Amino acid sequence: MKLSHIFGIIVIAIAIAIIVSTAGDASSYVTFNQAAQMAKEGNDDMIHVVGKLKKNATGQIEGLFYQPQIDPNHFEFTLVDNDNRVQKVVYNAPKPQDFDRSEQVVVIGSMRGDHFQCNKILLKCPSKYQDGKLETTEHEAKTARL
Amino acid sequence: MIHTTVGNIGHFFVILSFVTALVSTVAYLLVALSQRRADNAPVEFERTEQLEYAEVASAGAGRTSIPVSSKGPRSGKKTTSGKAVNASNAAEPRNDWRVLARWAFYVHGVAVVGIVAALFYIVSNHYFEYHYAWSYSSKALPAEYIISSFWHGQEGSFLLWIFWNAVLGVILINTNRKWEAPMMTVFALVQAFLASMILGVVFGDTLKIGSSPFLLLREAMPDAPIFATDPLFVPEDGKGMNPLLQNYWMVIHPPTLFLGFALTLVPFAYCMAGLWRNQPLEWIRPALPWTLLGAMILGVGIMMGGYWAYETLNFGGYWNWDPVENAVYVPWLIMVASLHTMLIAKRSSTGLKTAIILTIAQFILILYSTFLTRSGILGNASVHSFTDLGLSGQLLVYLLAFVVLSVVLAARKWKLIPSDEQEASVYTKEFWLFIGATVLCLAAFQVIATTSIPVYNSILESFGKVSNLALPVDQIAHYNKFQVWFFVVIALLTGVGQYMWWRKVENKNWNALITPAILTLLISAGLIAFGEVKNPIYMVLLVSATFALITNGSILIGIAQGNYRLSGGAVAHIGMALMLIGILYSSGFSRVISLNNSGILISKQDEFTKNDNKENKENVLLWLNQPERMGKFQLTYRGQRIEARDVPGYFPRSWVNVVEGDFHGIAQRDIEVNGKVYHKKGDTLALYPENTYYEVEYREPDGKIFTLYPRAQVNDRMGLVVSPDIERKTGRDLYTYVSSVPDPTAENRWEKTETYSVAIKDTFFLNDYVAILDDVVRTTEVDGMEIGPNDAAVKARVRVLDKNGEHILSPAFIIKDRMVGRQAETSDELGLRLQLNEIDPRTGKFTFAVNRTQRDYIVLKAFEKPLINVLWIGTLILVIGFLMATVRRYREFSKMRNKGMA
Repeated sequence: MKLSHIFGIIVIAIAIAIIVSTAGDASSYVTFNQAAQMAKEGNDDMIHVVGKLKKNATGQIEGLFYQPQIDPNHFEFTLVDNDNRVQKVVYNAPKPQDFDRSEQVVVIGSMRGDHFQCNKILLKCPSKYQDGKLETTEHEAKTARL
Repeated sequence: MIHTTVGNIGHFFVILSFVTALVSTVAYLLVALSQRRADNAPVEFERTEQLEYAEVASAGAGRTSIPVSSKGPRSGKKTTSGKAVNASNAAEPRNDWRVLARWAFYVHGVAVVGIVAALFYIVSNHYFEYHYAWSYSSKALPAEYIISSFWHGQEGSFLLWIFWNAVLGVILINTNRKWEAPMMTVFALVQAFLASMILGVVFGDTLKIGSSPFLLLREAMPDAPIFATDPLFVPEDGKGMNPLLQNYWMVIHPPTLFLGFALTLVPFAYCMAGLWRNQPLEWIRPALPWTLLGAMILGVGIMMGGYWAYETLNFGGYWNWDPVENAVYVPWLIMVASLHTMLIAKRSSTGLKTAIILTIAQFILILYSTFLTRSGILGNASVHSFTDLGLSGQLLVYLLAFVVLSVVLAARKWKLIPSDEQEASVYTKEFWLFIGATVLCLAAFQVIATTSIPVYNSILESFGKVSNLALPVDQIAHYNKFQVWFFVVIALLTGVGQYMWWRKVENKNWNALITPAILTLLISAGLIAFGEVKNPIYMVLLVSATFALITNGSILIGIAQGNYRLSGGAVAHIGMALMLIGILYSSGFSRVISLNNSGILISKQDEFTKNDNKENKENVLLWLNQPERMGKFQLTYRGQRIEARDVPGYFPRSWVNVVEGDFHGIAQRDIEVNGKVYHKKGDTLALYPENTYYEVEYREPDGKIFTLYPRAQVNDRMGLVVSPDIERKTGRDLYTYVSSVPDPTAENRWEKTETYSVAIKDTFFLNDYVAILDDVVRTTEVDGMEIGPNDAAVKARVRVLDKNGEHILSPAFIIKDRMVGRQAETSDELGLRLQLNEIDPRTGKFTFAVNRTQRDYIVLKAFEKPLINVLWIGTLILVIGFLMATVRRYREFSKMRNKGMA
C-alpha cells in the first residue's frame, strides 16, 4: 500500500469520526412530554424545548420566582411549550435581564423529577433595533471552560 | 425638512457603481478573450523544478539564493512563453477595451467613495428622515461612534466590503498589468454582485434586489400611521446604537474584518485567471503575498472581535464558538492551509492541486459565512446573527454562482496539471507541509460541519421533511474536544515542518530534532510539575506548544543570523505557539473566585446540596458598603457611578440629575474628581446616562486596594446589558461583572410609613437594625435652606448599628417663617429614610417617620484568567511573522514582475 493511500484512509477516518461525533453531540428540539419520556427512560441527554412564558388573562407573567436576597443563583419560571404543557423550569443562575420582555424562550437542559432543569436559556425579545423582528440573547448558567 | 438631495446623490452613486462594475467586467472579459486568442500559440505549462527559489537556501548557512540565482537553469520555453505574452500585449488589438475597462473600474471606485461619503453625511448630520440614520444613530451618540454606526446595519457592512474591494482593485490594476485583464474580470464581477446587494431595486412585488442604505423612513415603513397624517414627518432623534457596540474595538474591528474578506478575493481572482489562461502554476507567485496579507488581516480581525467580546460581553471569554465567530474562523483556517500548499505547489502537483482547491474554497467559504450570518438561517442558533433583510435568496444565488463558476473552470483545466512522478517522501518538506494543510482543513471541516446544523434543517425542510436537529448543548466542549487535538498536531508539525523546510533534517537523519525534543520534555515536565497541570489533555497541549516554541525558536536564531527577512514563517509559528499557551492557561485554568463561601446553606434543594453544596455557587451578593470576603480579596460594593463625557473616571450617580430623554444632566453638587472641580453645582453637563458603573473595591491581603467598575447599560428600548471590568496584571487578569442588579432606572419604591415615638437615649428597631436616638440639637445649617434669625432648626442624631459598624442619620426639623419644614435623611446602605415628624415639648418625645426600601445590592461574578497576556503577545508576534512573510513574497513577486516573469 502506498503512503498516500494510508494517508487518505486516515483523513477519511477522521472525517467520519467528526461526522459521527457531530451527530452524537447534536441536540434536538423536543416538547416537555418527550423530555419527560426521555427522562423516564433514563436518557439524560440535554435537549432544547421551545416555549412561551405563562401569562394570566391580563397578560401578566405568572410563576416567576427570583429572590436574589435569598439565593442569587436560583431562578424559577413557568413555561408553556408548543403542546400547551405547562412546566416549571429551574435555572441555577441569576435571572436574565431581558427575561420579562421575551416573546419566546428556548430552554436547554433535561427533566429532573417535577421540573425541567435548564443550563442555558435563549431568549427571543422584540429587537430594539429592527422593528417587528425578534432578537436572540443567550444565557448560560455555567462558566465556559476549555 | 426632508433632505432628499443627498439620498438621491447616494442612490445615484449606488447605481453608478453597479453599472460601472458591470461595464468593467464585460470590458475586461473582452480584453482577456482577445488576449487569449492572440495568445493562442500554446502557452505550455511545464512544471519547472528549476523554478524554485529562496527556500532552497540552507538555513544553517543563513544564506539564501534569491530568485535571481535560480534563473540559470530555467528552461528556454518558459522565457519564450513569457515573451510571447509580452509580444501579444504590445500588439494588443483591442487596447481601447482595456482603457474602457480600467476607467470603468476607476469610476466605480469613485462612485463607491461617493456612496460612503453620502451615507456618512446623512449619519453625521443626523438626518433622521433616513431609515439608516434613524435606525443606527442618535444625537446622543458620541462623535467617535458615528463612524461605527456606519457599519452597524447590513447595508453599511456590505458597503465596507465593496469599498475595500474597490481599493484593492485599483492597487492590483497598477501593480500587475500582466494579469490585469482576466483577474480584474473576476474582481469586477464580484464587485457587481456586491454592489447589487445595496441596489435596493424591487421588481414587481416579490423580487427584491439589494437593500439600499438611502431609504427614507417613510419608504422603509410605508405603513407607519404617522406618515398617513404627516408625510413630511422627521423624527426628533434616532433609535441609537446598541450600547454594546459603543466600544473602540467596534470602530476598527469591522473595517479590519472586511478588509480580510476583501483580501480573500485577490488569490481567488488570481487563481481563476491562472486556470483561465492555462497557467495553473504561474498565478501562485503574484497571489502568495496577498494570501499572506489576507490571512494576517483576517486573523487580526477575528482576534479584535475576540478582544471586544472579552472586554464587553459577559460570557467571560474571548471565544465562544458562536456560529458568527466560526463562520470567519473556518475561511481563515482554509486560507492558512492554502498558503502552505502554495509554498509547495512548485514542486508537488498534489500541493498545486490542493492550493487551487483551497484558494477557491477560502473565497467560497467567505461567501458562505456571509450567507450564514446574514440570511437569518441561523435563527436562534446565534446571539449576533443579522436579521433577514429578505436578501437570503440573492445571497444564495451568488454563492451558488461562484461555486459553479469556479468548480467548472477548475474541472475543465484539471488535466493541465501533471501528476507527480513519484509520491512525496516522508523526508521532504512537501510532505510535511501537505500534512499540516490537511490537518488545518480537517479542523475547519469539523467546525463547519457543526455550525451548519441549522442549514441541514433548512435543506431538509425544503424537501418537506421535518428535522429537529439542534446545535450541541455544550458547544464549547464539542468544538474544543476536536480543536485541541488538531492544534496539538499542528503545533508539532510546525516544528517538524520548519526543520524539514530549512533542511535541518536530511538524508533520513532525524538527529537534529532530538535536542529540541529533549529540551521540550524537560521544560514542559517542569511546567507541569510546578504549574500543577493535572489534566492530561492540557499536558499534551503544553508539550506540543513548547515543542513548537523551541523548534521554531532555534530555526529563528539560525535564520536571523543570515537574512532575517526569511524568518517570517518561524516568527509566525512562535506567535501561534504562544497563543496556544495563552489559551491553555487563560481558559483551562480560569478560576471562578466569586464562590459563595459564606458558609450558610442557602437552599436545601437537591441541585444545591449535591456536589458538596458547590453547584452553581458562582455568584456572590454584595450589599452596598458591606464588605464581603471573596477568595483572598475583601470586596465592598461602593455604589452606582456615572461617567461624564468631559470628566475623567466615574462619580456617584446621585451627583447629577439626568434629563429625561437626553444625554445631559444637571449637577446636583460640584463635580470634583481628584481634587479638580469640573462642573459647578447647577451646571449642565454631557453624560453617558445609559451606563451605570458599579464601583467594587477589592482589598488584597496585603492591604492594597484596587477598584473595578463593571457596567450595566440601560436604554429605553432595551433591558439591561452588562459588561465586565478587568483588572489587568502581568500574570493574570481579574475579570468581574455584575450578573444581577436592581434596575438602575427604577424609582426607589418606599414602603408604607411607620412611626416611632422615642425619647433621647431610647433604643428602637429600624428595619431590623438597632437604632439609638443620641441627641437632638439646635442647628444653624440645613442643606439648601437659609436659617434666618427668626427661624429655628434642630437636627436629630440617630445612631443605627449594623454588623459593620454604625451609621449616623440626622433628619432636620425646621421652623422657617412660621412654617414647619422637615428634611428627611436617607441611607442607601440601610435602605432607610428617616424623618423627624414631631417634637412634643411636653413629653420630651420625638416622633420619627420611617420608610424602608430595598437596599442597594449587586450580584457579582468574578474569575481569574491566568497568562491571558501571552495570548495577546502571541497574536502580535503572529502578525509580525505574517507581515515579514508578506513583504518577502511581495518583493520576490515584484522582482519577477519587473523581469516580465510574473
